[in-house]
Amino acid sequence: MAKEYFLRMGDGEKIFMTKEQIIADLQDGSADAADLATVPTLSDDKLDKLLEIITNPSRIVGVEPGMEVPVTHDIGAIRIDGDQGNSGVGIPASRLVGSMMHERAFGADTMELGHIDYSFKPVKPVISQECQTMESCQQNMVIPMFYGAMPNMGLYYTPDGPFENPGDLMKAFKIEEAQASMLHAAEHGIRDMIWINQRLYKVGSDGTNFDTIGAAGDSDLYASLNAIEALRKEFPNMYIEAGMAGELVLGLHGELEYDGTVLAGLWPHEQVKLIAKAGANVFGPVSNTNTSRSSAWNLARSVTFVKATVEASTIPCHVNMGMGVDGVPMLETPPIDAVTRASKAMVEVAGVDGI
Amino acid sequence: MPIAHIMASGMTGLRAAGDLVARMQFSKSMRIGEAKDYVAKKLNVSAADLSDEYVMRGVREELDIGVITSVPGCAKGIAAKMNIEKLLDIEINSCAKFRKTIGQ
Repeated sequence: MAKEYFLRMGDGEKIFMTKEQIIADLQDGSADAADLATVPTLSDDKLDKLLEIITNPSRIVGVEPGMEVPVTHDIGAIRIDGDQGNSGVGIPASRLVGSMMHERAFGADTMELGHIDYSFKPVKPVISQECQTMESCQQNMVIPMFYGAMPNMGLYYTPDGPFENPGDLMKAFKIEEAQASMLHAAEHGIRDMIWINQRLYKVGSDGTNFDTIGAAGDSDLYASLNAIEALRKEFPNMYIEAGMAGELVLGLHGELEYDGTVLAGLWPHEQVKLIAKAGANVFGPVSNTNTSRSSAWNLARSVTFVKATVEASTIPCHVNMGMGVDGVPMLETPPIDAVTRASKAMVEVAGVDGI
Repeated sequence: MPIAHIMASGMTGLRAAGDLVARMQFSKSMRIGEAKDYVAKKLNVSAADLSDEYVMRGVREELDIGVITSVPGCAKGIAAKMNIEKLLDIEINSCAKFRKTIGQ
């Protein structure tokens, strides 16, 4: 009987595969990404390296000494005091205490402050509270401390916001009205993101992590790019990280452009050029995990997307590696064996500048 | 899960020099190799030493740029960042704000 190795499905379930089956999935996953984004497949030596990482018999793996990279955060101390909706563990602690725990106890390279909703729009009514907490964090902490939030343009549409829901309009074949609604929402989103970050920066924030850009489609990316451009112009030294929601920019509007480039349909290696042009310091590429495929397939696919992005980029790339993206299983408690293998592969094969 | 990444691939923040390398990536958009070389030169260590807790513990204490444990008398919080500013030759926003607040 052929030797079998334990892997994970994209949903985290333990599976067993032979070496030949793993190689076939690695090749298939890489070919899928290459075909979709029109980027090169992984070379044989890179696939061999992935095979070596995946079949390592140890439960936990790590990068070779000297290859470590800085790690940025998603959601910050809400991980400590938040509820399950934010994958929080519900420990009653202030955000300052949670952030200091990450700095002093967990060895985080950077940290961020975030509102419990983790979207920009709800921050407006509580901006003074956010500024006060940011000031406390900056007084007490040493590592770079960002403000993190999602552009989340979905909150600007009915029933949560003032603009008619584009989905409802499109269902009624009111395409132009849907596009107008998305543009109006984007204009308000740009205004809000600038206003919030102006205030946080003026009380000492290191900068901002724009998280899950594009979650509401191309208007979400349009708003983020324009907000980043305006903030960079006003604050040349602001730290700005721009991370994506998915591998492909969904063309809900379909005709929005930035710097003469249509945003709909952009893949990570194309997104990074606009993010850099807008003025961000660091880009967070994303590739989505397919829960019905193996970790070998998912990891090879993600590494193919991200390697092409790193090579096309002029700014550092901190790959997004939370639950359900970039080779990490779609599970709230992703198995450590799968997480550390994906982590090592992104550094040693894709060549990322950070995670 | 973030801790799994920190242990597998991270620079472990104040335990070593992760915060310093991150600051160069964000303040100057430096890629990983350039950022490590820059910080290593400023600290007079090798790039590989930046992730070595044994080396960095002594370096951080000597330069008074913040250490992971609560050492009485060592610079903490914004005081450590003001030393990091000078060491890395960068301006840190919270330090600039602090100077403005105290009239310097």
